[in-house]
Amino acid sequence: MAKKVTAQTDNHVARLDATGVYYRDLNAQIKKLAADSAHRIELSNVCGQRYIGTDIESTVEIDITGTPGNDLGAFMNGPRIIVHGNAQDCCGNTMNEGEIIIHGHAGDIMGMAARGGKIFVRDDVGYRAGNHMKEYKEKKPVLVIGGTAQDFLGEYMAGGVLVLLGLDLEPGENHKANFIGTGMHGGVIYLRGTVEDYQLGKEVGTAELDDKDKAILKELVNQFSSYFGKDSAKILNHKFIKLYPRYLRPYGRLYAY
Amino acid sequence: MKDIKLVNNPYGDSKVIDACSIFGAMDTSGKRFSGVGVIKAIANMHLRGNGLGGGLAVYGLYPEYPEHYAFHIMYLSDQGKCETEAFLKDKFDVAFDETVPTRPIPAIVNPPLVRRYFLKVGKHNPEGQSEDDYVVERVMDINTKLCDSFVFSSGKNMGVFKGVGYPEEIGEYFRLEEYEGYLWTAHGRFPTNTPGWWGGAHPFSILDWTVVHNGEISSYGINKRYLEQFGYHCTMQTDTEVIAYAVDLLVRRHHLPIDVVADILAPPFWSEIQRLPAERQILLRTLRQVYGSLLLNGPFTVIIAHQGEMIGLTDRIRLRPLTVGTKDNMLYLSSEESAIRLICPDLDRAWIPVGGEPVVGNLAHPLMSQKVGAAGRTG
Repeated sequence: MAKKVTAQTDNHVARLDATGVYYRDLNAQIKKLAADSAHRIELSNVCGQRYIGTDIESTVEIDITGTPGNDLGAFMNGPRIIVHGNAQDCCGNTMNEGEIIIHGHAGDIMGMAARGGKIFVRDDVGYRAGNHMKEYKEKKPVLVIGGTAQDFLGEYMAGGVLVLLGLDLEPGENHKANFIGTGMHGGVIYLRGTVEDYQLGKEVGTAELDDKDKAILKELVNQFSSYFGKDSAKILNHKFIKLYPRYLRPYGRLYAY
Repeated sequence: MKDIKLVNNPYGDSKVIDACSIFGAMDTSGKRFSGVGVIKAIANMHLRGNGLGGGLAVYGLYPEYPEHYAFHIMYLSDQGKCETEAFLKDKFDVAFDETVPTRPIPAIVNPPLVRRYFLKVGKHNPEGQSEDDYVVERVMDINTKLCDSFVFSSGKNMGVFKGVGYPEEIGEYFRLEEYEGYLWTAHGRFPTNTPGWWGGAHPFSILDWTVVHNGEISSYGINKRYLEQFGYHCTMQTDTEVIAYAVDLLVRRHHLPIDVVADILAPPFWSEIQRLPAERQILLRTLRQVYGSLLLNGPFTVIIAHQGEMIGLTDRIRLRPLTVGTKDNMLYLSSEESAIRLICPDLDRAWIPVGGEPVVGNLAHPLMSQKVGAAGRTG
C-alpha cells in the first residue's frame, strides 16, 4: 500500500481515488484538502483505511464509497461523513462533534465513548453499540440505528441518546440483543418495539415516553428519515419504550468493603 | 527474530493497533482457485499483524496424492531431519518426498528446512487401531520425542504453509500463487503471550483439521490437560493448538456434529440455558458436564476447516470480530469486511454473525442456516 495519492479539486469539491493508498497517506491528504478550503471530499474505492475523519478541525463533508476501515471518525471533531456501504468496528470512537451517516450496517462498538456528535445507521449494528457514551452540559452524543443491534447495546452508557428502530425486523419479531444497557448509569435509550425483561441489564429501568422524550425522538427520527428516504410518521406511529438508568453509580460498592 | 520496533510502527508515535487477522474463502461447489486473491485479502489487513507469524491452509491441494497423508515438517537441524526421516521410513510407506519449493526473499530470515512427505499407513498400524489414530500418535511422537522436528500439517489432500513473517510474505516465500485449492484460510499474527516462532504461526493443524485464531484462550491450561488424556500433546507453545486437537477429538473420534461442537467450545450462559426448551437444556447441561474442560474461555474468533467444510465461530460475547460475505458459490469469512470487498466487491450478502453461533459452509450445503439473527441481514 505505497501508492501516492492525488486529488482533483473543483469548486471546493475534491475527489480522491483511495485504491491501494496507505491509510496514513490518505488521512494526511484529507487533512490537507480540508485545510485548503475543500468543502466536500469524495473518496472512492475506500477499502479498509482506518481513522478517516480523525484529526480534522473543520466541518468538511467526507463522502465515502467503499468500505472504510476501523475507527472511522475516531476522535472526530466537526466533519460530516457519509458512507455508501458498511462501516467496520469502532466507528465514531470517542467522537466529539460532527455527524456520521451510514447507508448500510456498522460493526462492533459503534459510538464507543462518544462525547458529542451524531451517528445515523440505516441498518443493523454489531455488539456493544454506544458503549460508555457520555454527556456533559450541551455535549450530548446521539446514535440512531435503523435496524436492530446485537448484545450489550448501551453497555456502561453514561450519557447521550441512543435510538433503536428495528425497521428490518419481521412483523411480530423482537429485538434479540441481550444484556442491553448493562452497567448503564446515564443517558437514555429509545427502543421501537419491545424487549423481554431478561434482555435488559440489571441497572436498566423501563418507562413510557413522556412528551419531552417524544419531542426528542421525533426530531431524531425525522432526521434519520430524511437521510434514508423513510416515512417518519410511519416509524413514529408504533410502540416505543424508554430505557433509563436506575442508579447513578451501579458499581459504587462493588469493590468497597 | 525481527526487531519489533522496526517493523511495527515506522512513524515512531507509539501507537500500536495490532490484532490478529484471519481470512477464509471457500468455493462450495468444490472448484479450485489459486491463492492470489486470498493473499491479497489477508495483506489488506497487514496492519493487524506485526510480521511475527503468517500462514495459510489449502484444501484440495494435492489431487495427485489424494489418499496419502501429506506431512509438512519443519526441521531446525540436520540431525532432526535424519532422525525423523528414519522414523518415517520405519513407520510408514513413503510414496514421495521433497523439499517444499521456496523463493528466497529478504523478508524471510533464517527459515527452517521445510519438507513434505506423502505417506500411507499400509500395514504399520496395529490391529484395531484406525489409520487416523495411528497418524495422530506418530505426529505426537515426532513433535515430542524427536529433536528439532515439527510436523505442522498431516492431512490428506491439504496442507499448511506457515512461518515467521507477514502472511503475504509467507505466501511469496512458499510460492503459493502456484497452488490451487477450493478452500483457503489465512492468518496474520500479532503474538501476545507466546513467542513468534515458525511453529507458533497459524494455522494449527492435526490430520486435515486446521484452525486460525484471533484472540487468546485463557482456558488453555485446562484444555491442554484434558486433551493430554486423549493422547494430544501441545508442543507449539501457543494456545490455538488446543482448538485443532479439540475438534479432532470431538468430531472425528466422538462423532459430534459441528453445532454441538460449537455448544461445547462456546456454550450459552447458564442464564440463557435456563430459558431454553427442556430438551435443549438437558443437552446443554450434559455437554457442560461431560466436556466442561473443553469450554474455551477468553476472547476468540476462529476459522476451523477440514476436508469439505469451513466453520467460523466467535466466543459467545464476540470479543473479536468476524464478518461473513457470500457471492454465488463463494463463502468468505474475515476479521474485516474490507478484505472481502477487495477481492469480491459485489457480494450477494455481507453480515456479522452472532457470538457463539457457528457459520458453516460445506460442499453439500453452501451455507447452513443460522439459528439466530445477525447484523446486516438486509444486505
